[in-house]
Order: sequence, then C-alpha cells, then structure tokens
Amino acid sequence: MRHGKYPFIIGFLVVPLALYLVFVVGAYLQMFQLSLTDWSGYGGFSYIGLENFQKLWDDPVFWVALRHNLYLLILMPIVTIALALFFAFLLNSGGKKAGGVWGSKVYRVIFFFPQLLALAIVAVIFGRVFGSDKSGMINGLLPQSWTPWLFLADERWALTCILVVLVWQAVGFYVVLFSAGMGSIAEEIYEAAALDGATKITLFFRITLPLLWDTLQVAWVYLGIAAFDAFALVNIMSVNHGGPNNSTQVLSMQIYLNAFQNSQAGYASALGVVLFFLTLTFAALTLRVTRRDAVQA
Amino acid sequence: MSVTTDRRTLLRRAAAVGLVAAPGVSFLSACAGSDDSSDDTKQATGTKSADNPLGIDPKAGIEIVIFDGGLGTKYATDVDTPLYNKKWPDSKVTYSATQQVATTIKPRLNSGNAPDMINNSGSDIMDFGAIVKAGQAADLTDLFAAPSLDIEGKTVAETLVPGAVQQGTYDGKPFAVNYSFTVFGLWYNKKLFDKNKWTIPTTWADFTALLEKIKAAGITPFSYAGANASYYMVRAIMTSAAKIGTEQVLKDIDNLKPGAWTNEAVKQAAAAWGEVGKKFANPSHLGLKHTEVQLQQNQDKVAFYPCGSWLENEQAASTPAGFEYAMMAFPSVTASDKLPATAINAAAGEIYFAAAKSKNPQGGKEYLRTMLSKEAALEFTKLTKSLTVVAGAADGVTISPGLTSANDALSKAGQDVFMGYLFDTWYKKLDDASREAANQLFFKGGDAQKFCDTMEAASQAVAKDSSITKFTRS
Repeated sequence: MRHGKYPFIIGFLVVPLALYLVFVVGAYLQMFQLSLTDWSGYGGFSYIGLENFQKLWDDPVFWVALRHNLYLLILMPIVTIALALFFAFLLNSGGKKAGGVWGSKVYRVIFFFPQLLALAIVAVIFGRVFGSDKSGMINGLLPQSWTPWLFLADERWALTCILVVLVWQAVGFYVVLFSAGMGSIAEEIYEAAALDGATKITLFFRITLPLLWDTLQVAWVYLGIAAFDAFALVNIMSVNHGGPNNSTQVLSMQIYLNAFQNSQAGYASALGVVLFFLTLTFAALTLRVTRRDAVQA
Repeated sequence: MSVTTDRRTLLRRAAAVGLVAAPGVSFLSACAGSDDSSDDTKQATGTKSADNPLGIDPKAGIEIVIFDGGLGTKYATDVDTPLYNKKWPDSKVTYSATQQVATTIKPRLNSGNAPDMINNSGSDIMDFGAIVKAGQAADLTDLFAAPSLDIEGKTVAETLVPGAVQQGTYDGKPFAVNYSFTVFGLWYNKKLFDKNKWTIPTTWADFTALLEKIKAAGITPFSYAGANASYYMVRAIMTSAAKIGTEQVLKDIDNLKPGAWTNEAVKQAAAAWGEVGKKFANPSHLGLKHTEVQLQQNQDKVAFYPCGSWLENEQAASTPAGFEYAMMAFPSVTASDKLPATAINAAAGEIYFAAAKSKNPQGGKEYLRTMLSKEAALEFTKLTKSLTVVAGAADGVTISPGLTSANDALSKAGQDVFMGYLFDTWYKKLDDASREAANQLFFKGGDAQKFCDTMEAASQAVAKDSSITKFTRS
C-alpha cells in the first residue's frame, strides 16, 4: 500500500500542475517579459527597458482607473460583507434552535441565485434596469412627468451603479458562506450566552462575528480580488467602454483596450504587471492585518 | 444583435483598409516557424488565354471561406459559386463559413495551408496590414488587369467605383478587394416627412429651422446612441469638416499633422454640431445603445439619424409599415463650403483576398473576378441591401427604398464623393478619444474649442508615441 501512495498522488497532480505551469505561470512570465517590449500584438518587438512603466506613470487615465479600482476595493467588500452578514444572521439568527426568519431555506436559494447567472448576463440585465430613458426599468417605474435619471450616462453616478451590481451579484454567495460558518458554531455557546441575558445584537457581535473571523478573512480577500477586476460589468454596461469621460474606467478595461484595440500589447503587459503586484500586495496585507485581529478575538 | 454588431464593426474597420503602410514582421507567424517556409506547396496553374486570363487550372479545386455575419452567406452559396461553376464546371468549390475569422484562418496561414479565397471581417478580423507584410496575401495586379467577366471591353479595375482599387493597395500593390460600398448620410422616415410636408434642407439655416419644427412636433429632431455608437457623430462632424474645407482636412487629421484638429473647418463643423446638441439633444440618449435609438427612430420619436447605408438592412426586422428609410446628404455648414451640399462620404469596405501560400491562389482570384461581375454584384445588392464597388451594377433595378435613395444621393454627388478618414482604424486610441469628445460636444453643452483642443492633444500624443506604427495617406 504505502509504496504505491506517492506515484498515485503524483499521477494525479502532474497533469493539473503542468497545465497550471504552462497556462498560468508561463503566461505570467511572458507578461513580465512583454512588459519590457514595444510589442504591438502583431509583428516583432524590441526591448525598451522600463519605458512602458514610465509611460504608465505619466498616463492620467491610468491614475483615474487606479482611483476607481481603489474606490471599488474599499466599498465593495465592506458593503458586500455587511449585507451578507446581516442577511445570514437573519436567516440563522444565532444557533439552530433560535431559528432564522420564516422561510429562511427558500431565501437562501434566492440569495444564491445571482451567483448562477453569468456575469455578462447580469451586466446586460442591469444595463436595462439602469436604462437612461423611460425604457429603462427604474425610470419606467418613476412617474411619467419626471425627467429620467441618467444613471450610467451620468459621470457622477456611473461607477456607483456598477458597484451596486457588483455587490448584488456577490452578496448571495457570501450569505451562503456565512450561513454555513454560523451553522458550525456550537449551539451551547449561544444557549449559555442567552441564559446570561445577551440580546441578539450582543450575540452577533460577541459570538458570531469573532467565531466567523476566518471565513470573513477569506471573503475579504476574494472580494478584493473581484474589485480589482470588474471588467465584464464595465465593458458591457458603461458608456463607451469606461465612460462617460472615463468615469467608470478601471485597470482591467485599460489592459483590454490597450492589448486588443490599441495594438499596444507591451504597454498592456506593463499594466498587467502593475495589477499583478497590486493584487498580491492587497492579499498579503489583508491576510497579515486580519491575522492579528483573529488572535485577539 | 450580434450580427448587426459584427456588421458595423466590419464596415467601420474594413472601410479603412487601404493606403496602409503595413506594420512589422509577423511575430506570430514567426513563432509558428513557417513564415519563411519555401514554396514547396505545389500551386495549381494553367495556360493563360483570352477565356482564362488568370491562367487557372480548370480541373483544380478551390477553397473559399466566407464570414458569416450581417451580410449572410447566401450570396456566396447561391450566387457566386454557381456562377463560378458555370464557367469552370470541373473545379470543385469547397466552401465554409465562420464567425471567427482570425481563430480559424490565422493558424492555417501560419502552417502554409491557407484557403484560396478568404473574406476577412467581423469582430475577429485579422490585421490585414500584418498579413500583407508577412507575404500571405496574393498580389491582385493581374486580377484587376484581367477583362471583366460580363462587362464587355473593360478590365476588372475599370468596372469599379473610383478609389476602390486604391483602398486595397499597400505599398503600391493591390492585395484586397473591398467589395461592399457604404454611403454615409442622414437617415429619416420619408413617410413622416411627406406627411408633415417637411422638405429636405441643403443649407444649415434650413436644417436648423427644420429641426426647430420637428422639435415643436414633439419629436427628438436629431440623435445618435452615445453608449456605443458615438462614432456616428464623429462621422457627422468629420463629414461637415470635409465639406467646409475639402477632404484635405481629413487627410491632415489622418496624417497627424500638427494643427489638423484645430483647423478652422473642424472648428466650424464642431461649433455647428455642438449648437445642434445644445438645442436639440435628448440627454438620456447618451446612455442608449445603437439599436435602442434606431428603434426610437422607427417609432418616429427621432427624426434624423447619422449612419451608413447598412442601417436599413440592420433595422429590417423592426421597421414598421409606416416607415420608409431615406437618406440625405449632410447639409452645407457655411455659405462658403468648398464642397457642394450634394457631396457624399462613401467608402469601400469588407475585405476579400486570395491567399498567396494556398494550393490555388489563381483560382481564388478567379473567384474574386466572378464576384466582381455585374451579375454577381447585382445579386449581392439584392440579397444584402448593400451596394458593391462594381460601378452602376444596381442602376435601374428595383432595390429597397433606403438603398435607392442612397444610390440617388450618390449619383447626385457626381465627382464629389470622398472616402473619408482612416484615423479611427489606424490609431484606435485616437478613435476612442474622438468618440468621447463627440459625446462631450453633443451631450454636454457643445464647446467646439474644447473639442478641437482635446482632439489636437490626443492626436499629438499619438504622433509622439514611438511605439505606435504610423501611417500616411495622400
């Protein structure tokens, strides 16, 4: 038995690992290489050192996109986690015996539903919801005499509209995730606390939240990475791919535009390198900062 | 909708193929290691004769690949192939259609196993400049010099609209047939206009007076979709600029000449259109997509829509009985416009080419010669509601009302037909900037000076960026 174990495990791992090395690690390495070239996407290229990064530093659109990514990075996890925790707590309401709200099992399915839709479909649907004239769903529900809200056509609100959709799409998954986490908390703890006269709010902050910390940490990292992306929604929903007036521009959109439309694959790779390090730094920081908190709890 | 998107993408991109100094060596084909493979493929040839001017082997088969998009494929299967086989019954035509041109064709080009005739278009279009540079496209000089299939006493080149051959010419040699021909103008519902006794304006004063009247009737006088079709507005501004100061204005813009965007003609055009936006724009249209605004036009909620002649076909399914497409030329902006009010912007588009490294490139060219016959061109127009570069092929034939009016506008324009601009395909970055600037101009208060300055800055940024391959035209 024993001597057959390693070939067995290796046999299973080799193929996925090789695929990962070739298609993920290999692609990343190539991106690092290409970020130092002037490759257009067609034809040959030559090495130009760090010129792409210099250009990036001087590019105002890059900074606008970065600012929007940071806006999403801060708001999307906070709002999503807060809502998901709220809903999950309502569904479970601390411990099985206490019971959640009526019909909580059905709600759980409903909450999870957006997760089953392809992001592109979600984007198309919400494009109609936020339609800027009376044919849009929200505007259609408003009184006829009102001037339509512009939503995605309004520079001040376009990015927030996209944030709303990002949150809507993500929240259900975390409701289910947190519900599972809450379900695994021993009931005795709640019972003991309840006997001591703790209110539901106290139960939530003093018991549920601390014991859920690991799950929250994972959620935060995942949501942060999603906030660095947001490509599908921006590409499909926004006016003019990141507009109006770059008000919804994000880094992933810039990578796409430069690589596939502007024929500036080298420059796009440089953007990719920046995004890679930003995401990595974010994940490392989050895990580091939240680990200390977890110990305190 | 995907079909129509493809259609507009292909026309916008393909309209601009010509005159490109092709960019560098194909990296991808070099990767495949077949770029410099010698001519070990046996290519079919026959004896040249009056009946066989391209010298094809009548027994050798040909393989063609057609893009399956807005034009459909019926013209190839039901018209071109039977016509080709009528003349060459022993040559078997292997036909296939694809929506993913680059995905299916690029590997075959790189491995030296290309189809003989390829329709390069759609959203997955191949960079044709790179194909030419890599020696993958056959030189079409002999095709254009060959006699036309069914127009007596003329060579193929002589049967085409002016500029058609030049648009497929790279570094002095023709490599592409830009087959379809798009006329740009202002589209309206003829029945609505007749009913209200609105007459078609030719001067700007008449135009704006009419817009006032239309507005009073409760209809948005002029609009376009800001969310994804703002290049229609760019086209409108550029067409007006060319009318004010001739096509040279646009050539300077394409050539990134300093000051090209701040030229007086551009400024006047931007000011005129900015004024229209200020007075008549519906701000919610900034957030709408092309199909949505076009549908509103079909419902008589929008009067004028700036677009190319594919519009009628694109909207065929949603056009009600009370709607009849008609097209007018952009009105003169000033009293001293250098081009007349009848002048029209029209361009050839939709690339067809014979592969140089296929088994039977001459057969591929012969297929192109078939497509360029008068009979094939007429059937193409009937099937796709698109004109072709074969001059006058659709004259005197009953075609759809919108296309008839585009054809009429074209004949009224006479010699004053200009090709337009190429900067949008040469420099995508500048294209993006122009779309945004047009939206700002039209929907956000109409600041012409700001439009010119923004575009001038964007143009000079491209000019200074050494990583962008530059092109010029004259």
